[in-house]
Amino acid sequence: MEVFWYALVDSVKLLFGGDAALYEIIGLSLRVSGISLFLAMCIGVPLGYLIGAHRFCGRGLIIAIVNTGMGLPPVVVGLTVYMLLSRSGPIWDLYLAWVGQDMPRVLYTVTAMIIAQVIISTPLVTGVTLAAIASVPTELRLQARSLGASKLQEAVLTVKEARRGVMAAVAAGFGGIISEVGAVNMVGGNIAGKTRVMTTAIQLETGQGNFGLALALGLILIGISFVIMNGFTRVQQSGGRYER
Amino acid sequence: MIDRLRGKAIRRYGVVFLAFALVFSLAGCAAEEEPAAEEPAAKEPVAEEPIETTDLILASTTSTQDSGLFEVLIPAFEEAHPEYKVNVIAVGTGEALELGQNKDADVLLVHAKAKEEAFVADGFGIDRHDVMYNDFIIVGPAADPAGIKGATVADSLKKISDAGATFISRGDESGTHTAEKALWEKSAITPAGGWYNSAGKGMGDVLTMASEMAAYTLTDRATYLNMNNDLQLEILCEGDAVLFNQYGVIPVTDATNMEGAQVFADWIVSDEAQAIIGEYGVEKFGAPLFFPNAG
Repeated sequence: MEVFWYALVDSVKLLFGGDAALYEIIGLSLRVSGISLFLAMCIGVPLGYLIGAHRFCGRGLIIAIVNTGMGLPPVVVGLTVYMLLSRSGPIWDLYLAWVGQDMPRVLYTVTAMIIAQVIISTPLVTGVTLAAIASVPTELRLQARSLGASKLQEAVLTVKEARRGVMAAVAAGFGGIISEVGAVNMVGGNIAGKTRVMTTAIQLETGQGNFGLALALGLILIGISFVIMNGFTRVQQSGGRYER
Repeated sequence: MIDRLRGKAIRRYGVVFLAFALVFSLAGCAAEEEPAAEEPAAKEPVAEEPIETTDLILASTTSTQDSGLFEVLIPAFEEAHPEYKVNVIAVGTGEALELGQNKDADVLLVHAKAKEEAFVADGFGIDRHDVMYNDFIIVGPAADPAGIKGATVADSLKKISDAGATFISRGDESGTHTAEKALWEKSAITPAGGWYNSAGKGMGDVLTMASEMAAYTLTDRATYLNMNNDLQLEILCEGDAVLFNQYGVIPVTDATNMEGAQVFADWIVSDEAQAIIGEYGVEKFGAPLFFPNAG
């Protein structure tokens, strides 16, 4: 049991110890997952609205595909992105054929990590959003339409009405990528000072047998996730106060 | 741990079940009346049944695993000693030693001699024996932007750092990384800067990265040869005496399967195992990947 106590103490010491390398790793984790989440929201919320609020042929199939996407194994996403971006991959060849020169390397950069995390989090955001949108009463939209709302106004109103579910979708998307190691490790390469994030640092320390340090880093990551999720929850709940 | 115990239990019950099945088939109807009384008779046929096996946890390094050596070595050991079932855990040298220290592994086969000797000196391992060696090589893109081909190791590293050519380090405190750091130190160079990438990954991953980034890296020959078909990398520096990579075997003190650990450690330095090691890779690559030197 002692080892957990030490890890807790170490995590606090590390967090406030002024270690620049650690702050850089934390910052990169937040940057990569933050940008990825933003992009996933830009795609997932509208997509979730379109699927959730409309009835069309093949809707069930599309929902099943989105739900499957919510369970994509990160390491498979990493592998796929790797194979696409590889020097012997299709995108490289296409670029060479069209532009006539070698493609600037994307693999082992922050961009590659963001691409992978967008792929992981978009289905999460879409899936939870569409469920929330689908549970908004149709009458609301009908009424808005009868009052002369444009399609965009109708969509904004519906998303606002479903905002708690949408915030849950954003939280799910964030949870799926901030803790993810398989994809960022593969396409980022865990390069110190360039593409090393919290999860890959934890994996590295574990590999070196520094279990205590790895656990301390893990606790820091959980703590940061908690602070951010707490923020989401505040936003999620804040609407309620006006309503009541 | 629980899985291991469960595995053992299943095997143990499996043997009992087989023994019962045998008794029933031999004794026929008589057994149905009084199976309990027949039980002692089962002991004799058991000897002809598959021998009860115990699990043996071998912690080794990713580079050994990636070389493919275990695919011939482990079956040979299990044939010679069918009472043991070897489970290979391939991790970094640091993690392998930590697993041994926590007694989560029974026997270690790693390659960081100084660390191994300290491990035994601290009482975590019973003893350490040389098993084999292979050698490190510096590989890089065929274009060789730093022009190291044919140079000594020290000169090669100097040229790479002077040219600021992309170099990828394992950066994971593994045996290979330890060796790499020692080589930089010998060359009186402190590798730092944008060209030096500390990846913190296994050998196979780092070779893939080097190939993708058209970078230089230090690798063991075995892993490189094993992956060569998928890599756009060439051997640019080899044969220097400082590139020697010694492997050692250590049975862990007070391990779960101490007996098995000792049997494995004795077997791997035996003539039989040493011959297998010396032959591995000859057929596929035209040259051995490891050179046995237990003698």
